[in-house]
Amino acid sequence: MTEQPRLAEQNATVVLPEPFIRWFGEKGWSPRAHQIELLAMVQAGQSVLLIAPTGAGKTLAGFLPSLTELANRPRRKPGQAHRGIHTLYISPLKALAVDIERNLGKPVEEIGLPVTIETRTGDTPGHKRQRQKLVPPDILLTTPEQLALLIAAGDARRFFEDLRYVVLDELHSLVTSKRGHLLALGLARLRSFVPGLQTIGLSATVAEPDELRRWLVSQNPPKESTSPGMAELIVVTGGAKPEISILDSEERVPWAGHSARYATPEIYREIKRHKTTLLFVNTRSQAELLFQELWRVNEDTLPIALHHGSLDVAQRRRVEKAMGENALRAIVATSTLDLGIDWGDVDLVVHVGAPKGASRLAQRIGRANHRMDEPSKAILIPANRFEVLECRAALDANYLGAQDTPPLIDGGLDVLAQHVLGCACGAPFRADDLFEEVRTAAPYVSLDRSTFDRVVDFVATGGYALKNYERYARIRLNKDGLWRVSNPRVAQQYRLNVGTIIEVPALNVRYIKAGSKGAASRGGRVLGKIEEAFLETLTHGDTFMFAGKVLRFEGIRENECFVSNAPGSDAKVPYYGGGKFPLSTYLAEQVRIMLDDPQRWKKLPEQVADWLRFQADKSVLPKRNDLLIETFPRGNRHYLVAYPFEGRLAHQTLGMLLTRRLDRTGARPLGFVATDYALAIWSLGDMGTMFKARKPSLSALFDQDMLGDDLEAWLADSWLLKRTFRNCALISGLIEKRHPGQEKSGRQVTVSTDLIYDVLRSHEPDHILLQATRADAATGLLDVSRLADMLSRIQGRIVHKALEQISPLAVPIMLEIGKMPVNGEADETLLMDAATLVEEAMGPGMVEE
Amino acid sequence: MNFSLARTSLIGEADLVGIAGERAVCDPRGVLYFPEFRLLAVSDLHLEKGSSLARRGTLIPPYDTGATLLRLQAVIADYQPSMVISLGDSFHDGGGAGRMHASFRERLEALMSGRDWFWVAGNHDPEAPADLPGETVRELAIGSLLFRHEPSKVRVEGEIAGHLHPCARIVQQGRSVRRRCFAGDGGRMIMPAFGAYTGSLNVLDRAYAGLFRLDTLMAYMLGVDRIFAISRSMLRPG
Repeated sequence: MTEQPRLAEQNATVVLPEPFIRWFGEKGWSPRAHQIELLAMVQAGQSVLLIAPTGAGKTLAGFLPSLTELANRPRRKPGQAHRGIHTLYISPLKALAVDIERNLGKPVEEIGLPVTIETRTGDTPGHKRQRQKLVPPDILLTTPEQLALLIAAGDARRFFEDLRYVVLDELHSLVTSKRGHLLALGLARLRSFVPGLQTIGLSATVAEPDELRRWLVSQNPPKESTSPGMAELIVVTGGAKPEISILDSEERVPWAGHSARYATPEIYREIKRHKTTLLFVNTRSQAELLFQELWRVNEDTLPIALHHGSLDVAQRRRVEKAMGENALRAIVATSTLDLGIDWGDVDLVVHVGAPKGASRLAQRIGRANHRMDEPSKAILIPANRFEVLECRAALDANYLGAQDTPPLIDGGLDVLAQHVLGCACGAPFRADDLFEEVRTAAPYVSLDRSTFDRVVDFVATGGYALKNYERYARIRLNKDGLWRVSNPRVAQQYRLNVGTIIEVPALNVRYIKAGSKGAASRGGRVLGKIEEAFLETLTHGDTFMFAGKVLRFEGIRENECFVSNAPGSDAKVPYYGGGKFPLSTYLAEQVRIMLDDPQRWKKLPEQVADWLRFQADKSVLPKRNDLLIETFPRGNRHYLVAYPFEGRLAHQTLGMLLTRRLDRTGARPLGFVATDYALAIWSLGDMGTMFKARKPSLSALFDQDMLGDDLEAWLADSWLLKRTFRNCALISGLIEKRHPGQEKSGRQVTVSTDLIYDVLRSHEPDHILLQATRADAATGLLDVSRLADMLSRIQGRIVHKALEQISPLAVPIMLEIGKMPVNGEADETLLMDAATLVEEAMGPGMVEE
Repeated sequence: MNFSLARTSLIGEADLVGIAGERAVCDPRGVLYFPEFRLLAVSDLHLEKGSSLARRGTLIPPYDTGATLLRLQAVIADYQPSMVISLGDSFHDGGGAGRMHASFRERLEALMSGRDWFWVAGNHDPEAPADLPGETVRELAIGSLLFRHEPSKVRVEGEIAGHLHPCARIVQQGRSVRRRCFAGDGGRMIMPAFGAYTGSLNVLDRAYAGLFRLDTLMAYMLGVDRIFAISRSMLRPG
């Protein structure tokens, strides 16, 4: 669908009210074809999905139907009741809602429309929220969590009775998470309040537009309706192709690691050459490191800033403001800046580390140059040699065409439980009706009645086989067939716990003077928050990097971590944040294809091509669909390195399962590490010889049956499942979220979800929450489905190379050993080591008395 | 009653910990056994914690009492003690015993029968549990030992207490391991909480200040099938 300006003009006179045409004229603009097309479709009663690149005027397109309609609406007469919300706009980010308020306010004012626009987010003060309930704005800009809260209010039906449109921004990023599930259920509720409700989805390019088109409309429409089951689609192509290059460094590209430190001088040179450079990295620790390195070479003291989600809000706002005022030359950022916020005059995007998926890359590059017709400019900086391959694959994969957003998954049962309670808080419901309503939401279209009933039962009394909690039920079925909340406290509790975003337990990081005891000097500045799990591994005096500084760990007191400045020191403790985004399936395949095709190595930097040639010489390169396994001895250990290229999560799961199996066959495995590309296992036994003797054979070792009993057995005790369970327990409302100020209540008061998990698993393994947990783990932290696909692909295609020494391809992962925490559940061994140290130090026998 | 017991016959010298001259087995399941008195001590069962929270709207699984009693049953089967001391906070609240499911009550009564059973009063359950046998006491002296729920502020040689739910944490190879533990300095001992839903508090927390001689303080951390004796210098807060 290309732009057809003349058609646009024709259409424009048909559907655009006079003041709009005048406004466009005054600006010297004309409405774009897709804006008019969308308006026409919506006026014809359709819901629409608009897919367009950044800068295509998506926002205005999304709001045109509302604005034109509101422009023609008769004014409210004095004494007439206030009208309800006309249009609801939902975005994934609070900041985006605020941004839109500003951007939309301008045309509304210039055209002179009698339209009120307000935001409602977690930051909106209580009195304003109350006023919004009494005098609703015409257009309300909000987030999925706030929608859930509005729906759970007793006046929800009345509040939304005049609702015409719901505009969903950045839809592609909303739908893939549990937030999307909650939002889909919220939409279903709104549709039941207002049967004629129309939705307008705004999205970046996605692989499967039809999934989003279904998501936008009812999937189980009432019989009399003629709903087609899919929203109309408008795709705007075009926009100038970005100019993307890979840094061809004069320096040596390292084997392993994620810092890309080698390229710092070259990155700095590019910053100097451009007006404003946006530097993206994949993790917070990479951001910290890059920021440090840049300042180390910043001879001209250019204004270079740091921005990531763990930093204190005030600091982030300062950086964002400076950015908007074009006061910065460069900004190092993580995904907190990912979404469509408009930032000043960025003329270069640098992506450090591999982009982990072509669509992520496209999105980030869209950040540069927010004008559609000028090409964006981007440079990729691979941090190590495998990333060179990955970057090349991303470029060759027609980066903007081949989109690999994850497929949509079935809606979570924990989210459904939260929604059911929310509905009950709003108004009494009939189970039959709510079931039908829930199934109109795309993520829940295949939900069966018995599962739904179990969820309702869970909300009521916990849904346990042992019927012990009837008298404590949160919702009750009354004689009239309606479910009602038992008491007002239930609704209060619900409101405090709404949402699906689970924060990792984190501590404030506060400055104190070096060497002083925490309590003595509390006055220092808060730098931000760091995950408790990382801080727990530190001891007094350890140095690490945070907020662009090298800090010394002084201690933890209650919910604060005290640090002092340690300028000039090296950060001793590497923070391993892990790549948050595993290599996408699509890119992984591209990398395998490239390895298999020496012709394509010509496009690679010479040193990387050489590395592959060495590999071909010393060992072998895996064929496109093969799995290469190398074994070799080193030191007094034996190593197995596999190259599945399936991403870290799937490799981690594979590593867990393989070590279990190797243990049974007597190989005495000691540990493993997993990267996005490979998996290395080390053992005392000689695995190479064992495989040759087919004791066990590699095909037996990698048999798909490992996903059966082995997976079950391992999962049962895995911390991964416990972490997943915790999220499900919080989202489903089984336990309450911790709120600020409650942290001090101490460990002995709260019931840890690990303990609940253990008890539930041994007493009611089929409980609905465990079912939800297993489903989550399979798609989330474990990536079981991807592992399953791989195991089936490589059947009969395993290539074993028994080597005398390490191969070139194995060097990167071997270098990760010791840098990354070793996976494996060796807590008992660690305790044993600690206890032995005591015995050694004190002599045997001393321990007892 | 059979005196040649599987577990007691297996007790080696190395498994025994000295407390004020008496010797006890620190069992990795979180109980203390004194072979000389055929006495088993267990602390902070917090029975019916699940239903206690359920009353306030947090519907966590109602299986904690069953789980705790099953574990207690296994320990009692191994040691066959002639006396059991439940060291306070046996029930999570005063109404706990009354709320207990009939099947759990039967299981508990079966465990109690044929032996002396003492309920030491705790802060959660200051009164005797409703309709259950056993004797409720504030504290109990046996040999050179004194059993009470809350540790005394002043040092009392031979005191065995609970209440604080001690745990300990070590860091090895960049990884952190936290476990429930017995905390003892040779003179007194604080027992870990036994209940299925009980949390824990690090022995380095301020709540323990002044309770132990720091030079001899040891954390006996609970392993899967053994105790790990860790000296204070290895322990980490948090």
